[in-house]
Order: sequence, then structure tokens, then C-alpha cells
Amino acid sequence: MTDFTTATRLLAAEEEAPATKVRGYWQNVGYRLRYDYVTLAFALIIVLIIAMAVFAPWIAPKDPYKTSMAFRLRPVGFRDFHLGTDELGRDILSRLIHGGRMSLLMGVVPVVFATLIGGFLGVLAGFIGGKLNMAIMRTMDVFYAFPSILLAVAISGAMGGGMANGMVALTLVFIPPLCRIAETATTQVRGLDFVEAARASGGSTRSIIATHILGNVLGPIFIYASGLVSVSILIASGLSFLGLGVEPPHPDWGLMLSTLRQSIYVNPIVCALPGVMIFVTSLAFNMVSDGLRQAMDVRL
Amino acid sequence: MWHYIARRIVYAIPIAIGVTVFCFALVFLAPGNPVQMLLPADASQEVVDLIMKTYGFDRPLPVQYWTWLMRAVVGDLGVSIQSNRPVIDEVLRALGNTIFLSFGAVMLAFSIAFVLGTLAAYYRGSATDRGVTALSIVGVSIPNYWLGIVLVIIFAVELNWLPATGMGPRGSETFNLFEWSHFKHVILPIVTLCMVPVGMITRTTRSAVSEVLGNEFVNTLRAKGLGELAVIRHALKNAMPQILAVMGLQFGYLMGGSILVETIFNWPGTGFLLNKAILTRDIPVLQGTILILALVFVFTNLVVDLFQTAVDPRIKRS
Repeated sequence: MTDFTTATRLLAAEEEAPATKVRGYWQNVGYRLRYDYVTLAFALIIVLIIAMAVFAPWIAPKDPYKTSMAFRLRPVGFRDFHLGTDELGRDILSRLIHGGRMSLLMGVVPVVFATLIGGFLGVLAGFIGGKLNMAIMRTMDVFYAFPSILLAVAISGAMGGGMANGMVALTLVFIPPLCRIAETATTQVRGLDFVEAARASGGSTRSIIATHILGNVLGPIFIYASGLVSVSILIASGLSFLGLGVEPPHPDWGLMLSTLRQSIYVNPIVCALPGVMIFVTSLAFNMVSDGLRQAMDVRL
Repeated sequence: MWHYIARRIVYAIPIAIGVTVFCFALVFLAPGNPVQMLLPADASQEVVDLIMKTYGFDRPLPVQYWTWLMRAVVGDLGVSIQSNRPVIDEVLRALGNTIFLSFGAVMLAFSIAFVLGTLAAYYRGSATDRGVTALSIVGVSIPNYWLGIVLVIIFAVELNWLPATGMGPRGSETFNLFEWSHFKHVILPIVTLCMVPVGMITRTTRSAVSEVLGNEFVNTLRAKGLGELAVIRHALKNAMPQILAVMGLQFGYLMGGSILVETIFNWPGTGFLLNKAILTRDIPVLQGTILILALVFVFTNLVVDLFQTAVDPRIKRS
């Protein structure tokens, strides 16, 4: 009976204590995010852009592939072409909506793969150390000798363009930085006492990595990767712009920008529209990544 | 000190070798066999074998790499498939134009970012700070190939103030920076190119200066009666190595990353050359340009590192 009262008293005391003291890490993160209206607003934009891409066939007013020789390069608001038409008479609005599919796919997928591969290599190099670390990290250093866009252009240019090759190129571009982040974080944690203790009490390498290392490494990797999405979208659209990414007639923001560029003297405003989409998407991912980094209190 | 410099230079050598291996390997990423471009589509197998043999493609890879490397060291990067001129000539001619553009962009970016970053650091947490931070995020998120097109639309198409493309008036052979008819070709590319560096340098300046301003000695400066401008000058002196290092890195990035902007403005630099090589599948030019650009980048990083050690000897101990 006494135990029960002590327990209730303790519980009551906990409830009375200032709220900040009992919150866990994730609660804290959530709390900070809830009052970060800028990040929330940009997160909403990302959700809308993704929804637009996913439901493109239902949202787009017209067929994005349907050409019309009679209505080429029409201005914004011409008849029912709300944002005008391109050089083949295709509806710009529908192509922008559908274009989100290719652009997001080419921007996000490479980062996901690079995170998995780079994260794995980095944790391995950081945890095992020694010669393996040397071998992995010195190889990564070589790729650091290329500015990211140049590396992407070099690989996809040599491989001959195309969306799949572009995605392979971007994945290769993002592996080294993610590997380095993972390696640094792992090396920092590896020397700490609790890892030593886990090993002393008989933990295997795999279980130590899974239970003790990953929890400390995933945060920085995730934050860094989320920041890379913005870069990736910029470079992916840039590749399409150069003719090394998505191939015509598929709608893609970078590709649209490149073909519409020929018509800036005819229809300047329409030509700038695909770039607005790239800019807004990239900005939204950047802002959200920045907000998450602050909320999760990760230092890179 | 000298010991550190020597070590840092030695450390750059394996990276440079790695870069050459990567550039050598680029040829093998290309679909089909490497001599396809030289032959008519209906060439017989014997002809293909013969050509492969003359170009040395039948020998083991390490041997091929060594021969290629030895030629590259003396400046022989092969011959352009399109123009039939030595690759090294084409690249070097373009390199100067790219260096000019990148240098101009970094300098412009520095003058803007320096002021913005210092203001943000000094008025930390204020509306100015938030505005500058937002601006720097916009700078790194903006697709510069789009910004270039927008600037062309505004200043060349609509207002007709500045030329849309090229490096000088039609027909002019040399470039003269001090003549308006030439100089006006530079403005749009440089403004376009400086956006990312503005974002990056502002961010670094802000964090470096505000870190210094948080130091104890700043209180001492104020206590002994120095004015705020003098305090800021002290802070900037301490933050400078970091800012200059980022500038150096950004210069390197621009050298390799200006391909899109050069394509938009038809600026006859390495990026333009690279784009042409990709369109025409001119693999020797592609390979040579990337090799030179990467080596320039390695060299820039080395210089930045050494420079930082020279101004701030504490760095070499860490």
C-alpha cells in the first residue's frame, strides 16, 4: 500500500515538474518542429508536390503527350491552355504536373541508394578501421577531386545519357560524401565507453553496430541525405537539360526548360515556368532539411 | 611547417593518380567498343581488329593505362574526333575563359557575401540575420541554368540592354575586358554563376564571424573602449582564413560546375567544350577536359589548404 502511494506521489510530482524535463529526444524534436512554421510550410509544399506527381494523371487537365501543330507556343491563358503550350503544341500545365514524376524520381532515388551504399561503406570503414578504412576512404577521396556536377556529367556523358544512366551517375556522385559523414560519425562513437562495455560483455560486431552504432550514426546521415535531395534535383534536372537525363518526349522539368529555351524570344514567360518548379522543389527540400537539422540538433 | 607542406603535397599525389585512373576508365563506360566512332557502321571484323590493334586496345588494361598516362604527362591527350585537333590545345584555350568567368564570379560573390554575412553575424537573431540566412538558402537552391535563362529573358529579350550569348561582338577574335562592347558579355554569366558561391560564402562568413564575436577577447576590446567598427575589424581578421578557404573551394567548384551556365551563354569555356563533346560523342575531348578540370580542382584544394596553414599555423597541429 505504501508503495502504491509513493508511486502515485512520484507520478504526481513528475506531472508537476516543468514539461521540458520529462520529454524524450523525439518528443523534443517534435515539439521544436511543431512551432517551426517555416519548416512546416515548406514540408507542406513538398507533400503537395509529391501528391501532384503521384496523382498526375487525375489532376492534369490534358494529355501531356498530345501535340497540336495548330497551337504551338501559345501564351499563358490561351483558350483552355492555362499556362500556354510548348513548341509542339503540348499543354504546359499538364506537362509540368507530369514532369514532377520524372524529376522527383531522378532526384530522390539516387540519394536513397547512395545513402544505403555510402552509409554501409562508411560505417564499415569507421568501425573496422585499419587497412579497410584506408582502402575505402582513400578511394572516396579520389571522387572528392571532382565537383559533383562535373562527376555526374562525366559518368552519364561517357555512358551515353538516358534516365537510368543519369540515376547511376548521381548515385555514384553522392556515395562519397555520405560515406565520409558515416565514417566520421562512426569513428567518434566507436571509441566511447559504452561500445567498449558492449564488447567486453560479449557483443558481436554485428550486434554492436546494430544496437549501439547505428542509433548514433543514422541522425547525421539522414540529415545530410535530406540536404542532398535538393542538390540531386538540381543536378538531375541539369543533366536532363544537357540531354543526358530523361529523354523526349517524356515530360521532365529540366528537359522542358532546355527545349523551351529555343523559344525565349517568342514566349518568354512560358519558357521560365519549368525552372520555377525546379527552384521551388529544391528550395522546399533545402528548407525542410535545414529545419530538421535544427530540430534534431545534429551538427555536420 | 615545411614538413607539413611536403606531406600535404605528397598526399595529393595518390589522389591525382586516382583521378587519372578514373578518366582513363571513362572510355570503357561508353557503350560499344572504343573505336566505333572512327569506323563506318559496316566495317568488317578484320578492320575493327586492325584498328583496335593500331590504337593498342588489344593489349592488357594496365599496359594501356600506362601508355595513356605517359602520353598525358607530356601533354598528349589524343586528338579530337570532331575537329581533328589535339585535345590539349582545345582544352587549354577553353580553360582560360572558364578561369576568367569563375574568378569573376567568386570575386563578385565574395564582395556581396562578405557584407551580408558580417551583417548577419553582427545582428545575430534579428530580422536582418533571418533575411540573410533565407537569401543564402535561396542562393544554393536556385537552378543557375534557369536563373541564366530568366536573366536573358529580362535583360536581353525584354530590355535589350545586354547581349544574350557569346564572349564579344560578332567577329572579334580577342577579348578586351576594358571595352564596354566586350565587358557587357561578361555581366550576365558572372551574375548567374555567383549565386551558389554567394549562398555558401555568406553562410561561412556568418558562422565564422559570429563564432569570433562570441570570444572573450571581444569583451576586452569593448572594455578598452574600441568602437564597434574596430571590433568588427578584429573579428573579420580572425574569421578571414575560413572565409578565404571557402572562396577557394567555390572557385574550384565553379571551374568544374560551370558547364550549364556556359552552355546557356555560349561561353567558349571548358563547360561549353564538354557539352559539345557529349553531343557529338567525342570521347577523347570529354576525357581530356574532365582530366584537366579535375586536376585543376585537386590543385586548388591543395593551394587552399597550404594557404590556410600559412595564415593560421594552428591548423597543422590538428
